This record gives sequence, C-alpha cells and structure tokens, in this order.
Amino acid sequence: MAYQVNGATIEHDEEGYILTLSDWSKELADVIAETEEIDMNEEHWEVVNFLREYYEEYQIAPAVRVLIKSIKKSLGPEKGNNKYMYELFPYGPAKQACKIAGLPKPTGCV
Amino acid sequence: MENDAKRFLYVNRKAPYGTIYALESLEVVLIGAAFEQNVSLAFLDDGVFQLTKGQDTQGIGVKNFSPTYRALGDYDVNKLYVEKESLEERGLSVDDLQEITYEDEDDDWEEKPSINIVSRSEMADIMANQDVVLSF
Repeated sequence: MAYQVNGATIEHDEEGYILTLSDWSKELADVIAETEEIDMNEEHWEVVNFLREYYEEYQIAPAVRVLIKSIKKSLGPEKGNNKYMYELFPYGPAKQACKIAGLPKPTGCV
Repeated sequence: MENDAKRFLYVNRKAPYGTIYALESLEVVLIGAAFEQNVSLAFLDDGVFQLTKGQDTQGIGVKNFSPTYRALGDYDVNKLYVEKESLEERGLSVDDLQEITYEDEDDDWEEKPSINIVSRSEMADIMANQDVVLSF
C-alpha cells in the first residue's frame, strides 16, 4: 500500500501511517489529508506542525489527551479543547493529525 | 480519584539498549497512563542507565528513546524513583541523569522535578506500598 506524490511512491501500513518517517513532505501531507477527507487549512497545519515539533523533542506521537492538553498550554484554551480539535479532525485529532504529520500511531491511544 | 486508584510500580532494572525491556516498559507506562492509575517508576541496577543524559545510539542503529522520558510529565507520570546505591555502584550521580520535570496542577502549574533519589531501604518501602509491581 502506498501514496503517490510527485511521481514518488511512499509506502504506508494498513491504517495509512507511512513506514519511513523521513519520506514525509508537505505535499505528502496534502495527499494523506485527501484520503482522510480533510481539506488542509491554516488551523490544520498548526496542529500538524505542533505534532511534528512534539515528536522531534520527545520522540513520541502523543495520545489525544496529552495532545489537547499540550495544545492548550502553547496555543491557548480556545484551541486546546475537544470541540475545536474534533471539528478539525473528526476521526480523532491524534490519529488523523499524526497520520498527516507522517508520525507513527499515537502512543497510549486506546 | 487518586485515592481509589490502584498503585502501580514499574520496576526498571536493565540497561536501555541490548534488550527490549526498557522500551517495552516505557511504552506500557505511556499506554497505561490513560487509565487513571497511580503510577510510579523505579530505576535500579543497570536500569539507572535508562535516565542518563547524552545517549547516542547512532553506532548501534536503534532509535534513541531517552527523550521520551521527558514526556512522562505530560502523561501525568511524575514519580520516578532512582536508587542511590545503584547510581553509586556505577560511578553515576544525579548530575549524570537528564532533567525530568512535571507541572504541578495543585500548585499553579509550577514546574517540579520528577526524579527522586532514594536509598535501597526507602526503595524497599516504596515497593511494599504498591498494589501492583511490574518488573522489567
């Protein structure tokens, strides 16, 4: 299973998470988002970029509870809440945003 | 909630690389943290190496997961007990360990250290006070 981006073939697992983290690009993010039926806007990118920074620092993709708490801390309570995050990513903010960000499935997601 | 929750202690006694124990333990802790348990971690014997700073795994071709210990505070895991004798026997001190902190919800989110250095006899008491002890 694979995504097609600019002629390149990027392999992913059965749930759509890419296998090689370094394969990620902004163009790939748009392709993954399309398969998730998400039209990427600035708010989506803010979360995706936040996740990539979190991964860079801690080497894990955070669970949804932790993601929302951390967003609240750095971007404020009007964004760090369930309603806002689920409106952006209806099928799970951590799961969908991590997939688009090219990260593994969140650790501690149940 | 905290008082009703079972007390879980994850005991880490092996070096971080070479076996899968350290990483598996950390993953179980992060997954288990979703269940509102009262979680503590103990580091003794070679397990104290898991928390050392400046880990570099490039030469052995595995992922350096030591930065993940610093995310434990985000998962509300903020009691890390490190045995003093185990550190000393390996020529280590608290200065060789990475700084791990959490923000105290009950104290205006003040940042506090998660690592507590305890003696061997204190560690025995900590273990005796748990409902569940999982050894890795």
